[in-house]
Amino acid sequence: MSPRGRLGLFLAGAAVVAALFTVACLGLPPFGGAHHPYGDRAVRAAVRHHTSNAIASVNFDQRALDTLGEETILFSAVLGAVVLLRQTADERRHTPAPAAVRPPIRRFGLLMLPVALAVGLYVVAHGQLSPGGGFQGGVVVATALHLLYIAADYRALERVRPLRPYEIGEAVGEAAYVITGLAAVLAGSAFLANVLPYGTFATLSSGGTVPLLNAAVGMEVACGVVVLLAQFLDQAVQIEGADGGGSDDDGPRGPGRRERA
Amino acid sequence: MTGTLTDVLVAVALLLVAAAATAAVLNRDPVRQALVLSFLGLSLALLFTFLQAPDVALSQLAVGSAVTPLMILLTVRKVRRRPGDGGPPQGGAGDGRRGAGRDGRPPR
Repeated sequence: MSPRGRLGLFLAGAAVVAALFTVACLGLPPFGGAHHPYGDRAVRAAVRHHTSNAIASVNFDQRALDTLGEETILFSAVLGAVVLLRQTADERRHTPAPAAVRPPIRRFGLLMLPVALAVGLYVVAHGQLSPGGGFQGGVVVATALHLLYIAADYRALERVRPLRPYEIGEAVGEAAYVITGLAAVLAGSAFLANVLPYGTFATLSSGGTVPLLNAAVGMEVACGVVVLLAQFLDQAVQIEGADGGGSDDDGPRGPGRRERA
Repeated sequence: MTGTLTDVLVAVALLLVAAAATAAVLNRDPVRQALVLSFLGLSLALLFTFLQAPDVALSQLAVGSAVTPLMILLTVRKVRRRPGDGGPPQGGAGDGRRGAGRDGRPPR
């Protein structure tokens, strides 16, 4: 197709999308209003199931199937990264030398690591009560561990982070979500239905299956992000390619090299 | 929080987001882009907090201002290290092969 034709096709498609989008936006509730038709219904449903964080109720109770989809997206994305970034036959692994870290950075990192870890676990554990939950807390837990890479060096990080348990943990988290959903089917209800007793409002055990699904997601996300970052760290720090030509789009050196070739 | 104060905070956060996002686009150096992206994540988290969406703000803070910039920085380190590793970037052993890989045609 000629460039003009392509531009015409794009403009036609863009005009249709713009028109439909404008119509859709005109039908939205006003920005920043106190009442929202879906919000009101979701909050009522959350309170009915004794879940004080309405968002957690939407994620793990009213729309638990959507969350399973999102969890699976992350799971597959990490799997894809592991496959793409694995050590290939023409790459060799070398042990990085211990790095010197300035004392203030070391102290800051070692001080922040337990704090960040505790915050992450708190956010996961209180997902059904306060803002946050498995995803947010899981990411915090995973990044907290990497403070060790900043405070010490890569070998210290590898020592507290043997990859195998995290790989297993990721799969177990994903499986636990599906199994909790299937348990509801065995109990005579629908897949991922909230069949457990709802408990007392605003306590840790409230919300029925919400805390369980939340914990499963927390485990999957924390382990998944650790595994994902480990692939990037391995490639950046440990693995060396056989030839240097893997990258062909870094700016300044490109033109000079091309002239020489 | 009164309505006006919320509006002011939302407006400030929106301006911050717009400025940070524009800076991220205009920056051509990936390392600096990663830092600007981190700041953009922070501004977005502020915006979401002022719009009373703390759950989304937490996600944005964790992913947008920590994990994504870290992944970009690690990728840049890997990509940059290869050509310049163990010698000056131009010339040295195995350069012919590099040239071939870069241009997709054998060096003359």
